Amino acid sequence: MHLIHKPDIPSSEITDESLFFGRRKFLSAMGFGGAAMAVASSPLLACTNDAAGQASQDEKPNTWEEITTYNNFYEFGTGKGDPSKNAGNFRTRPWTVEIAGEVKKPGTMSFDDLLRGLPTVERTYRHRCVEAWSMVVPWNGVLLKDLIAKLEPTGNAKFIEFTTLLDPAQMPGQRSRVLDWPYVEGLRLDEAMHPLSMMVTGIYGKPVPNQNGAPLRLVVPWKYGFKGGKSIVKIRFTERQPATTWNMAIPSEYGFYANVNPTVDHPRWSQGRERRIGKLFQQPTLMFNGYADQVASLYAGMDLRRNY
Amino acid sequence: MASVVIPERLGKPVVWLAAAAPLGILVYNTFWGSLGVEPIDTLTKWTGTSALTILMVTLAVTPLRRLTGWNRLVKYRRMIGLWAYAYGVLHFLVWALFDHEFTPSYMIEDIVKRPYITVGFTALLILTALAVTSPLRVLRWMGGKRWQALHRMVYVAAALGVLHFLWLVKADLTNPLIFATILIVLLLTRLKRGSPTRRKVVPDPG
Repeated sequence: MHLIHKPDIPSSEITDESLFFGRRKFLSAMGFGGAAMAVASSPLLACTNDAAGQASQDEKPNTWEEITTYNNFYEFGTGKGDPSKNAGNFRTRPWTVEIAGEVKKPGTMSFDDLLRGLPTVERTYRHRCVEAWSMVVPWNGVLLKDLIAKLEPTGNAKFIEFTTLLDPAQMPGQRSRVLDWPYVEGLRLDEAMHPLSMMVTGIYGKPVPNQNGAPLRLVVPWKYGFKGGKSIVKIRFTERQPATTWNMAIPSEYGFYANVNPTVDHPRWSQGRERRIGKLFQQPTLMFNGYADQVASLYAGMDLRRNY
Repeated sequence: MASVVIPERLGKPVVWLAAAAPLGILVYNTFWGSLGVEPIDTLTKWTGTSALTILMVTLAVTPLRRLTGWNRLVKYRRMIGLWAYAYGVLHFLVWALFDHEFTPSYMIEDIVKRPYITVGFTALLILTALAVTSPLRVLRWMGGKRWQALHRMVYVAAALGVLHFLWLVKADLTNPLIFATILIVLLLTRLKRGSPTRRKVVPDPG
């Protein structure tokens, strides 16, 4: 009955060598042998702190149906099924992305030009929503650090801001003022440069479906899902911390950092556990969503209780 | 009055079936259809929304009766109220089982720490008291005045139920505000009525 244990994660369990082994075991079990080699240096899906034998079972990627019919994409409605129902005719081509702020050459680039020449990667990440549900998603795309290198930010750039398309004609959810549109998210530049941060263009090797943020979205696996802006039309480098949508909407509940943290509850609900979609019972939430090994150093000395 | 005899006879079964319909749909979808990719979320929302909706219907009986003069409606009120309670219990069981695996310490912690759960659980406790005292025998034993005083708590339960909904949503308040509006309208119809028209304390015999 490990599922119902208190969700306190001792640091010894977060960074354990056995996780590494379990991860390899998982990858080979999933037939990802080759892929595992290719990405072995960048830890993708680490295992949970469960007994090693169980871990590979627990971390099975969610199905295409689960990933594409249970979505938070308020631009297409606030119900989990709304995006898959309402985003069918969303036009993702032609698509341009404005590059602005502290960069050598600001301007507008087509989707293809933006990504041209960047190495593509396939990463299976845990995805933890701030609402205490989670999935495991095999993403395709490019590393954000590679894109940033290509865009050549100036020395003044300390943050990066992502803006989602504003188009109420195509995005029915934007006709009601649930949030202050357009949706804006952002990262500290060192978070964005982290090798886990990804610009996603696909899922399961197929183009990312509209309801999941086509054609281009951000994925930052150690943060709550809302940090991952979808259908991005503008990337801006800034000196100051960008004002982000959920943080502005309810600052007491959604911070700029939004790192997955089982020890800091949402003011209204527990973040200690989560329900993996496809499972009946809840499971413990891991510090930094299981990526503490890789990202904890980004926040050394920071009070994560205050910088939620 | 022959024309009224048939509907009157059918009244209770019809109301019963209407109140049971959400459960029927849920059972059908569980075994033969689909609850979507997050069945627990579906179960939770469906049972909770049904409980709140049917509770509103219970509160609508009296204003509707006054509006239409259709006094027979009050005969169905207890049954409707008990159905609201049944959905509330199902809603609670889904939470207790799938969120907490029936572990008392976690359930208590949640009830104490999370205001939306505190008020939701309080509403359920109130409805439990009303359900337990709903049989005619209990009413006779308690006496009409005391019984009615207790059963006025249904307003508190309904208000807490709406608050529970309001406090748990992330940003889109539309649905909880619809319930809040309905509840306010139902309460206003009662304020407008003074004591002169207050009905005698003769509960329906079920």
